[in-house]
Amino acid sequence: MAYSEKVIDHYQNPKNVGTLDKSKTNVGTGLVGAPECGDVMRLQIEVDDATGIIKDAKFKTFGCGSAIASSSLATEWLKGKSVDEAVKIDNMAIVEELNLPPVKIHCSVLAEDAIKAAINDYRVKNGLEELKFDESVIH
Amino acid sequence: MLQFPIYLDHNATTPCDPRVVEAMIPYFTNNFGNAASRNHPFGWQAEEAVDYAREQVAKLIGADPKEIIFTSGATEGDNLAIKGVFEMYASKGNHIITCNIEHKAVLDTCKHVEKEGGEVTYLKVKDNGLIDLAELEAAIKPNTILIAIMYANNEIGTIMPMKEISAIARRHGVLLFSDATQAVGKIPVDVNKDGIDLLAFSAHKMYGPKGVGALYVRRKNPRVKVTAQIDGGGHERGMRSGTLNVPGIVGFGKACEICLNEMEEETKRVSQLRDKLQNALLKIEESYLNGDIAHKLPHVTNIYFKYVEGEGLMMGFNKNIAVSSGSACTSASLEPSYVLKALGLGDDLAHSSLRFGLGRFTTEEQIDYTIEQVTNTVNKLREMSPLWEMYKEGIDMNTIEWAHH
Repeated sequence: MAYSEKVIDHYQNPKNVGTLDKSKTNVGTGLVGAPECGDVMRLQIEVDDATGIIKDAKFKTFGCGSAIASSSLATEWLKGKSVDEAVKIDNMAIVEELNLPPVKIHCSVLAEDAIKAAINDYRVKNGLEELKFDESVIH
Repeated sequence: MLQFPIYLDHNATTPCDPRVVEAMIPYFTNNFGNAASRNHPFGWQAEEAVDYAREQVAKLIGADPKEIIFTSGATEGDNLAIKGVFEMYASKGNHIITCNIEHKAVLDTCKHVEKEGGEVTYLKVKDNGLIDLAELEAAIKPNTILIAIMYANNEIGTIMPMKEISAIARRHGVLLFSDATQAVGKIPVDVNKDGIDLLAFSAHKMYGPKGVGALYVRRKNPRVKVTAQIDGGGHERGMRSGTLNVPGIVGFGKACEICLNEMEEETKRVSQLRDKLQNALLKIEESYLNGDIAHKLPHVTNIYFKYVEGEGLMMGFNKNIAVSSGSACTSASLEPSYVLKALGLGDDLAHSSLRFGLGRFTTEEQIDYTIEQVTNTVNKLREMSPLWEMYKEGIDMNTIEWAHH
């Protein structure tokens, strides 16, 4: 199976690899997936307290090229968005942007889950209630 | 000058040796006869070529030419041996013993036999990929007719103790079949010294063409028979009908002859390169060998790199280097290798394994490049692996509640 050019580009030049200080109250961390399944994604956002805008996003991913690309793309999209906008990022948008084949759709689902987990972590830290999401269909 | 891509997947298939191709070519055009045409020179010529190839093939495994049944490959050989013995020896019993790291061609055939009323024991291998001989002997019952154990494993390259296995089979009067696809042509295989009654192998794993293989069926001490699985003109002593693939068989014969003549020298050269690769990759932090280090084919190694995923790892260099991963992430099932899991490796480590299969045309330059590329990619992926970060921070990953999906 050949990867799309965009997946290869993100794999070779991943954007925003790294770690944010998870002890900060304005940093939200989402850790999803499991080693036995072959993918683990950790996605972090740092929110500007005054504006509610995500000013930084970082990821680390254990997984195939599509999983790395999905999380790399997610961090790019997150930066500059408000938390409320970020929550609306849909996995199918990632599938379209990266041209993921059907067997790799779960990578995009994982990225969406990671975004939501990071946002909820941020909300809980800041005394807001956790958002409830519908269970993803693909799981 | 290094040319890309580099092929390090010789356990999947091998290129045809140019000498093999050269031997085959006349049998596509001028010498196109049907080896079963008994009444004219075209047929005689083809038959003569097949007879000669049969001798070349037999010689490589220490057999008599009459004991060689040409097939389309090892999958057919596995089917013919197992189903053929099950049907032929039905009056003696219906129990077959095999092991859980056999090739699917053996395992799926055994499943078929179970549906037909057979009983199959699947021995579990030890962590080093070898079967426990005491367990094998204990599994033998009065209705056991066949032991089917592979000579060497295709994913990890471990070599089974065939002489010890055959001694047990002999002692209990049970036939021994071995899928020797990965071993024949690579290491000395002798059906008499090893005490094997049926042996399947394939040309394309030893620099011959695809679509041709052989099943060795013992004729003396004991005389073994198998029920044909393909009916037709009664070719191959009635055990495998179908017009013989003359060019393929000629190429197979030539490939066997080359393997026999060059095995010693080739093994020395290739195993040195394999050791160089293996040692260098095992020097990478948190990388480990899959399968027994001593009882191993000379040209293969299988290594897992903790905290990086195999498919992601391969992507770092698979434009230039062809290897195989223990992760079946590209298949719809997403299940990692059953062979690696049988060694007791967790799914996570099976996902992190790579198989390197060297071959006749592998060069030291290619190995040096591979060492460099794999090492760099492992390091790069670990930099972006959350698991590596946790490992470095001393976090016990078993304490984390993973969201299984």
